Amino acid sequence: MQKIGVFVCWCGSNIAATVDVKKVAEVLKAEPGVVISENYQYMCSENGQALIRNAIKEHGLTGVVVCSCSPRMHEATFRKTCESAGLNPYMVEIANIREQCSWIHKDIEEATEKAIILGRSAIAKLKLNAPLTSGESAVVKRALVIGGGIAGIQSALDIAEAGFEVDIVEQSPTIGGNMAKLDKTFPTLDCAACILTPKMVDCAQNEKIDIMTFSEIESVKGFVGNFKVQIRRKARFVDEKKCTGCGECMQKCPSKKGLNDFNMGLNTRPAIYIPFAQAIPNVAIIDPEQCLKIKNGKCGLCAMKCNVNAIDYTQKDEIIEREYGAIVVATGYKPISLENFNEYGYSSYKDVVTSLELERLMNAAGPSDGHLVRPSDHKEPKVITFIQCVGSRDTSGCGKPYCSKICCMYTAKHAMLIREKYPDTEVHVFYIDVRTPGKNYDEFFRRAVEQYGVDYIKGMVGKVYEENGKLMVQGSDLINNEQVVIPSDLVVLAAAIEPNPSVRNIATMVTASIDTNNFLTEAHAKLRPVESPTAGIFLSGVCQGPKDIPETVSQASACAAKVIGLLAKDKLKCNACVSHSDEMLCTGCSVCANVCPYGAITYVDKEFRLGGGKTEVRRVATVNDAVCQGCGACTVACPSGAMDLKGFSNKQIMAEVDAICKR
Amino acid sequence: MEKNEIVRLVKERSGTDARKCMKCGKCSGRCPAYHDMDIKPHQFVSYIEKGEIDKLMQSKSLYTCLSCFACVERCPRGVAPANVIEAVRQEVIRQQGGNKIMAETVPSMIDETIPQQLLVSMFRKLNK
Repeated sequence: MQKIGVFVCWCGSNIAATVDVKKVAEVLKAEPGVVISENYQYMCSENGQALIRNAIKEHGLTGVVVCSCSPRMHEATFRKTCESAGLNPYMVEIANIREQCSWIHKDIEEATEKAIILGRSAIAKLKLNAPLTSGESAVVKRALVIGGGIAGIQSALDIAEAGFEVDIVEQSPTIGGNMAKLDKTFPTLDCAACILTPKMVDCAQNEKIDIMTFSEIESVKGFVGNFKVQIRRKARFVDEKKCTGCGECMQKCPSKKGLNDFNMGLNTRPAIYIPFAQAIPNVAIIDPEQCLKIKNGKCGLCAMKCNVNAIDYTQKDEIIEREYGAIVVATGYKPISLENFNEYGYSSYKDVVTSLELERLMNAAGPSDGHLVRPSDHKEPKVITFIQCVGSRDTSGCGKPYCSKICCMYTAKHAMLIREKYPDTEVHVFYIDVRTPGKNYDEFFRRAVEQYGVDYIKGMVGKVYEENGKLMVQGSDLINNEQVVIPSDLVVLAAAIEPNPSVRNIATMVTASIDTNNFLTEAHAKLRPVESPTAGIFLSGVCQGPKDIPETVSQASACAAKVIGLLAKDKLKCNACVSHSDEMLCTGCSVCANVCPYGAITYVDKEFRLGGGKTEVRRVATVNDAVCQGCGACTVACPSGAMDLKGFSNKQIMAEVDAICKR
Repeated sequence: MEKNEIVRLVKERSGTDARKCMKCGKCSGRCPAYHDMDIKPHQFVSYIEKGEIDKLMQSKSLYTCLSCFACVERCPRGVAPANVIEAVRQEVIRQQGGNKIMAETVPSMIDETIPQQLLVSMFRKLNK
């Protein structure tokens, strides 16, 4: 005989304002099998939980239904409560009467009726629940960090600091990411290289950290604590272990016309190159598209000049496989392509540049050695006009609907640095809103205006055109209600940022969810901001949403703390709601194994008795409980209905549906 | 007709949601007829949202707007200032009465001096 307890939560006024909670408790009390039905203001509070614990002991409850918020919020809480009172945690069902009821309805009568139906459906399911126990699996004490920008670097350093091994996989030839390209950083104006390169060197020297640059993730299998990852180490045609980074090869290479990616294509580099002076690893790489030896076999100068025989023109991609307990995604961002913004003339005029290009033009290690000249004729610009929100806050389909968050501050920084170094330069900034929340941020922006005399114009630019060798920037000055035209020598576009395109593929491989803008989704926007909803996957930096360096570093460390918390455990409790096959129904068709994203299903040949002394050997599916995550894909795919999920069996789901339909 | 009803009609005919405007002024930054307008393209969007239809109906801009739709093309928020101007202009003409253009009469009106924008604008009117 079942003894079920029903506990209806008010959630303050969140539920109680729209649902008559007392009536819900009263009506559900009359359901067969229900022995106690209570309502309380905050069921998740200590007092609320005590109410449940006491009821379990007093009435000897065999199951508990909590009518409250989403199970994503408090299912774990109530399972723990029941477990502490001696009830199997899987004998708890949550009826979601907040997100799926009170928050989306206005009419009290209707919402109350729906809450009762949801409660009945949970009771119907609970009656078919069976106590479940979860197994345990070991944790591989090593973390993978995908992306070697400041986010990945900080996460890796913190994880290594705690004593765990970390691999950084970076797709470009060096770690450092976008931050390595920056000149100065706001709001303190310290040079990016001065604060970043020591961290890069720390990574290289830390014996717990293994850096794999020019490498990509090929595949990810497994689950939290036990990921198996294949990494493609792309051929760089230089032996990383032998190369000393002397740079002799770069001097001798006759094919010097490659665009220098690190300088945003503003100058050229040889076919064999080291991305920049402080690159980690400080190892050369050959661009096979440009190398004369690889293309047509004629040259080989670099191999001749190399003292340590590091050059290998025949090097091939190599795929290695490693195991990890946790994966940090830190894939970062890139500025958007400006092909949809012809009005600003980016592709027509050389002297219309992006802000990241300006960083290189101002950087001492950049193409002009830090002397700010315009790209077309290498003359010093006397009038510079900045245009903000290029492609940000754009819902027309040309750009991105979100605010890129970093542009207001870096534009103020650029304007200020230019006025400081070249005081005779006129600087104008077209803006829609100046958004500077953050410690010392608004003060920084005001300094650009008040101390450095930067001309901020409220309004957007309509078009940029050339006239008599000047770039004419035509836009609105909304405060003065005028249309203005500013003849400029250099135009700088604050292009929106978007997640690195590689993140889509990676998200698919690790089964992390992603939003419409390709930002990775957090497990909870406020309370679990560095975890993906997929267990064991953590988010660091801009891959989760636009953020500046201080915020990225904070998030990267938070992410590391979560990883350390996971790796510190020796065993993880497995999911108890796993699937299993009914061997009498299984035909061994392999459909379930093909759809299983975790590789949890294998096949065995098993002998079955047919009666009359005869036996038959059949191929049937078996599920590895430690690997199965209970996603249910196999139960849907199985053509013979042999696959079923513990805790979410077909019978239980049909019982829920019946309870909803029954009046 | 009541003022609010005119505002409603103009909003409906323009097919644009003025609340989407983020007041960046790109429309007026781009407008080639800006200096011949007493009320600027971005102000049309703002005034219609505030229900100030009288000002708009008396505006000289109704007749200086080139209907080039540059503002529509460039708006980052998918707001269409030219459509608002067009809808107000239409309302003024309708209230005058007897000024409807018949589709059949259009070919006879075309000569080489008519700007293409005018034709585009005219066909937009006929489509409604």
